[in-house]
Parts: sequence; structure tokens; C-alpha cells
Amino acid sequence: MARRQMRILCPNGHLGFAPTKEESFWLGAETRPDFYCCDSGSDDIGPGPLGADTSASPHEWQKHDLELMVVASRKQGVPMLIGSAGDTGTKSRVDMYVDMIRELAQKHAFPRFKLAYFYSDVARQYLRDRIRDGIAVEGLDGRNNLTEEDLDQTDRIVAMAGIHPFVKALDMGADVVIGGRSSDCVIFAAPAIRARYPEALSYHLGKILECASFCAEPYGAKESVIGTITDEEIRVTAMHPNQRCTVASVAGHAMYERSNPFYEYVAGGMLDMTDCVYEQYDEKTTRITGPRFVPTQGKVRVKLEGSGKVGERYIGIAGVRDPYTISNIDKVIEWARSQVEERFAGREYQLYYKIFGKNGVMGDLEPVKEIRSHELCLVVEGIAPTKQMAEEITMIGTRQIFYARLPEVKGTAGTAAFFVDEVLQASPAFTWTINHVIPVDDPMELFDLHLVEIG
Amino acid sequence: MRVTRLVELAKTIRSKNAGTDKITFDIIFREKDTYERVKSLRAITRQSIAKLYGIPEERICDFVEFDPAYAIKFTILRDRPSGSPGETDIFGCQQYPPLLDIEIPGEE
Repeated sequence: MARRQMRILCPNGHLGFAPTKEESFWLGAETRPDFYCCDSGSDDIGPGPLGADTSASPHEWQKHDLELMVVASRKQGVPMLIGSAGDTGTKSRVDMYVDMIRELAQKHAFPRFKLAYFYSDVARQYLRDRIRDGIAVEGLDGRNNLTEEDLDQTDRIVAMAGIHPFVKALDMGADVVIGGRSSDCVIFAAPAIRARYPEALSYHLGKILECASFCAEPYGAKESVIGTITDEEIRVTAMHPNQRCTVASVAGHAMYERSNPFYEYVAGGMLDMTDCVYEQYDEKTTRITGPRFVPTQGKVRVKLEGSGKVGERYIGIAGVRDPYTISNIDKVIEWARSQVEERFAGREYQLYYKIFGKNGVMGDLEPVKEIRSHELCLVVEGIAPTKQMAEEITMIGTRQIFYARLPEVKGTAGTAAFFVDEVLQASPAFTWTINHVIPVDDPMELFDLHLVEIG
Repeated sequence: MRVTRLVELAKTIRSKNAGTDKITFDIIFREKDTYERVKSLRAITRQSIAKLYGIPEERICDFVEFDPAYAIKFTILRDRPSGSPGETDIFGCQQYPPLLDIEIPGEE
């Protein structure tokens, strides 16, 4: 009897963020994978989209990428799974993807199929009640445990799903699953674990596949890869004609975007990759064996992400060319800050200067302390409770660079160059208020799953 | 003794967010020999990285030598979550350049 195997195609490391490349997708689709799976979210995009409940990706690109997958999935009669819909995985983003799938079903006249979707949103009141019940909502990465004050500063919260809602959706007969916020790797691990492949291999398969061609070389994003799982091993193969999955590229990817390459935490346990062995299987394929999975003892812990609005925001831009002003740039900024403070003393506001040519990219982490540039660009970021106040703070903070009082300046007609004499309205400022984990009795407790028929 | 800059020895030197509160750095070598030599020289350590970036060692929350990829990897805690007011690098992907100039003693 032939060894059983399951093959999963991943077209894109972040569906919709930049369009999926079609050639390698269709080359992969021709090999008839068993599942099409893709992650569509990230916290890399900053706290703004979650806080404001918007997407970072253009609508057209999201729909383009969904169309490729759903057409292949429906034509071949195999399931398709999406996690973290629309960058943030909030309810509004899930509903938007569900609508896109409906429109695509109509456009292509797919035969009747089952669509499952789940929400990952968490109400502030739910967490407030847990805190009042004395349940510790534990802070990650050095954060303190969650407080009611943290919740007061939070606009929107999502929970990070494990395999559970995906497995349940497949149990209900779903052909297409649109997930709210989810751990990247579980979108791929769920169908494998449901088919009783070893958990360790299943999660590791997800870990390798979730960024698509980032695990291949030469570097080239948004190309499809296919992962194969058996009862003994996983293999990952690049679909682009010029890309290969090598030991170096696959092992290198195990480190990507994670603080430690040996451990991966998901709702339900921890993947331990310490003893993994990577081998070249064929020209385009690397084989991995040896991961272990350590299930959580006691209650499943689910990760939470929360974002809160800090204020309205404006941006000002100024250039400086005079070498005397450049060498005294800290005094110039001190002057401009003092003028804002004179007008708004005692009021709530934030004012930041990014000095490109000095340390505009790295801030305090910049080891080069002396200024080596003959010109500087100053970007001023002003934040306040109202748009009007944010605009005025930013305007004073920018224009006073022009009026800086330096004792020996030659250019007494103005100490800054403006390419426009105005400040620009930016998106509101948000911050990540929650990066915590909460223990739950039932892994489905925070996820609201629905099933509909389409077509 | 000849000294080589890290940029000439490593295949990849990069930085990127690891979640909302951390930035992680990867230094990946093409050849096992180079990796083993840099490792055995202890030319890149938690202490040397803290000094280079002007941060206390406690801000380096992970420091790992990852043999399967011939890589040295460390992670620092941000001073505020990514994308917060005052942010200069929302993806954390331009924080690696000081690593390029790390000097590695040559074999002779």
C-alpha cells in the first residue's frame, strides 16, 4: 500500500497585501493539491488598521487573490481555507471576504457549496468580567498582566484562533472557510491534524508554508509553494520555475519574524523544532523530520491583540541646509518645542521629531552619533485629542524650525526650507494596548462559527 | 592580523518585527566553516550587541546560535510597541545596518 500523504498549496504569505503571482499558482494548481490555504493578516502593519477597523491592503488585490484560490478550489472540488481575513481578522473584514466569495461565486456560476466563516472579535466587557473574576490575563514580551485601565484605552480586540474553528468548519462540511484572526500556521495544520497526521509535523508544515515562497530561493515573494505531509515527514516544494526550496532557505525561514527559531506557541501547545533535520529531497524540495509538539497542560491559552486610539495626527516636513543650523539642530528643536509648550502648556499632546540625516530611521538605537550629512530632513509628528489642536501643534512645531533663534546664524530670512508651507493630516495615531494570553475552558469560546450554503 | 567586516562574510543580515513588541535580527552565513569560525571567535555576543546598539543587555531577550541555518540570531525589546506615536520603523526592517561593520578577526 502506498504511503498516504496530503498536499497543501500556499499562494501568498499575506493574501492581498501584494498580489499573488499567477504563473507559479497555476503550475501548483495543475498538480491538484488537496487543500488551498492562505493567511491574510499580520500585526506587522501596525496598530492602525485594527484600531480603526480598516484594511492595509487594497480591495482589488484582496479580491484578485481570493479569486485565484476559489476558482481553483471550486473547479477541483477541494477545500480552501483563509485565516486573518483582510489584514486584521476583525468581523468587518470577515464579512467583507464572505461578500467577495459570494460575488465570485455568482461571477463564475459555481455549483452549490458550503461556506464557513468565524469571528475572532473579543468584547471589552468579556475581558473586564474575567479580570473582575480574578482571572490573570497574562502579558507577553515583558508586559504586565491586563488591567481595566488597559481596556479603557482599547478600541478593538481580536483573539488568535488555533486549529479549532478550522477543524470544526471542516467537520461541518465546509468547502470554503473564511477565518477571523488566526495563528498563521494553524490554517495549514488544521486539515492535516483533522486527517490524523502527527501534530508536530502538521504545525511545522504550517510554520514553513505560511509565508509561501519566503522559504525558497532566490528571494522572490508571492510565489506559490506546496507542502506535503506523510506520517513520517514533511516536504516543501517551490512552484516557480526558477525557485528552489533548499536546506538553507527552509531552515533560514524557520527563523523569520520570530524571536526564537526553536519554539512556536499556538493555542493548545508548543512546537519544538530543536531537533529538526533538514535534507535536500530533490532539486526543488526540502524534507524536514524531527519536530516535537508539547500540548498545553491545563487550560488552553489564547493570544489576544488589542489596539487603542491615542489621538488625531498631523505631519510637518522641513529641510535644513545651513551647516551651522545642522550642527545646532538639537537647539533648533528645543526652540520649536518650547514654542508649542508656551501655547499648549498643561494640555494633553505629543510631539515627535524624526531627523533624517541624523537618526531618523533608528532613533536612540543609532550608533552613529555625529551628523555626516550636508542636509537634514525633519519630519514632525503632532498628536492631540482633536484635529484642530493636532494641526496647530504640528504647525507651530514645524514653522518654528524656520524661526529658530540661533546666535550666529547668517541666514536671518529663515532657517528651514519648506516644499509646502502647510502640515498634512495623517491617519489617527494608535498603539498596541494588548499583547496578552487568556486561559479558556473551551478553545472555541472566543470564536463564533457560522455555515451558509452558496450558489 | 587581517580583519574582515561582517558584511563580507554573511549571506544575509536582516532585522524584522517579531510580534508587536520585539525586533529580531538574523545573521546567516553561506558556509558552515565561516559560521563556525565566527561562533568560536565569540565575535558576536549578547554583550557586544548591547554595546553596539547602546542598550542594556536586558533588552536583548533572545540570543541564539541556530546551527541548521548557520545563523546567529538575537531579539531586542522595542522601547514602545510597533507603530506607536513617534515610530520611525514600523516593520523594524532597517535596524540591522550597524551589524554590517562588525569586525571579525581573520585567520592570519
